[in-house]
Amino acid sequence: MSTSLVEQLHGGLDAPICLTWELTYACNLSCVHCLSSSGRRDPRELSTDEAVAVLDELRDLQVFYINIGGGEPMIRRDFFPIVDHAIANGIGVKFSTNGAFIDDEAARRLAAMDYLDIQISLDGTDAPTNDAVRGDGSYDTARRAMDRLAGAGFGPFKISVVVTRHNVDQLDEFQALADSYGAQLRVTRLRPSGRGADSWHELHPTNAQQRQIYQWLLAKGDRVLTGDSFFHLNALGEPLPGLNMCGAGRVVCLIDPIGDVYACPFVIHDQFRAGSVREPGGFTAVWRESELFRSLREPQSAGACASCGSYDACQGGCMAAKFFTGLPLDGPDPECVGGEGELALAGVTSAPRPAMDHTRPGAAPVLFRRK
Amino acid sequence: MLDRALRLHPQVAVRPEPFGALAYHYGNRRLVFLKHPDMVRVVRSLDEHDTVADTLTACGIDQARWPSFDRALTDLVESEVLVGTDGAP
Ligand code: SF4
Ligand code: SF4
Repeated sequence: MSTSLVEQLHGGLDAPICLTWELTYACNLSCVHCLSSSGRRDPRELSTDEAVAVLDELRDLQVFYINIGGGEPMIRRDFFPIVDHAIANGIGVKFSTNGAFIDDEAARRLAAMDYLDIQISLDGTDAPTNDAVRGDGSYDTARRAMDRLAGAGFGPFKISVVVTRHNVDQLDEFQALADSYGAQLRVTRLRPSGRGADSWHELHPTNAQQRQIYQWLLAKGDRVLTGDSFFHLNALGEPLPGLNMCGAGRVVCLIDPIGDVYACPFVIHDQFRAGSVREPGGFTAVWRESELFRSLREPQSAGACASCGSYDACQGGCMAAKFFTGLPLDGPDPECVGGEGELALAGVTSAPRPAMDHTRPGAAPVLFRRK
Repeated sequence: MLDRALRLHPQVAVRPEPFGALAYHYGNRRLVFLKHPDMVRVVRSLDEHDTVADTLTACGIDQARWPSFDRALTDLVESEVLVGTDGAP
């Protein structure tokens, strides 16, 4: 990507490239790092009619595809009608699921659809590693869903991994697992969002492990999807493949289950709420005119990173990671490979809390229950 | 490339943007940037002409810029955004 194009993207687009739509806050699991603190359905959830109206708007904006997530999106009874409506209107669907609702019939139905990609979340190549983060039984559930998709001839689904301190040594095994299914591996960064705000400090890869991830991606990452996860590691040298910029509000945004629009899926907080699809003008007006998005499309200050020789490569890292660890937005990423983040973190006394918590009562995050 | 007959792949959609356009291939899921409005005009009119050269002429593209268009169009064939009118890649 040429520099001028990155500048263009920073200035924003007429419509997002990477739009995530969390369909519901309801979820059967209670993963310790859930970016949306999901569990209970929100009574204000968009109705089927409202969802269809949003899709029609996205069609008119020529949004090529959407990333559907949650919560567990398949919990919604109108999941298939919503997906069908999107695809029938030329909007490809990529959706993330924990696999619990992929029975044989659903697998067949999914396999019969065009322009549909599925990501099954898995955070360990064995049950103990995965279940410590995602909950008891979730490893078996995910593997069963993969078996069913493979059995139904779905083709290359994706296995989506959030890399943590505990699974970073399993990257080769994840790749082998993906290969065994003819699947594609997706590896993303743990961010301190949602319930991740509480688990990040003990789950996020250490500085040495950041280098390990970088080296692994450099050597073996050409087939691996990473989105915008690891551009902060580009400060280590040769740039990694992937989107090497923070696209929040510029090319990326989130529509949450109640129709609120945020700059990115990892910043569910009032400070990054741009508006709602329920307001007059709908999503289009929010995307094009909201004050927040306009300001994000202005040139950003490098702050404390300005004197760093790696700023062009790393751009100071991820806004969400800084925000929810209490760091200034115009300074180093908490996982700055130069160690600046750790130094800055040492001086943090308080950090913003996520805006909403839909955690089911009694569903104590697994990691802490095990201790 | 200049003497070939090309057209947009039937599974590709083109969306105008301030810098030019985005092209998305629903089949291979690739997103491609058309980085200049002239490039967008050329890509959109390819199927009205027998060869790429004819298209460039019709779009009023200065001959001095043809090599760079040639390279960009070759990339677009590579990513299957463009195909030969005979369906050949
Ligand atoms: S805030 Fe972080 S997660 Fe969100 S778009 Fe920017 S880099 Fe990506
Ligand atoms: S100081 Fe800032 S720009 Fe430099 S490596 Fe750290 S986060 Fe990146």
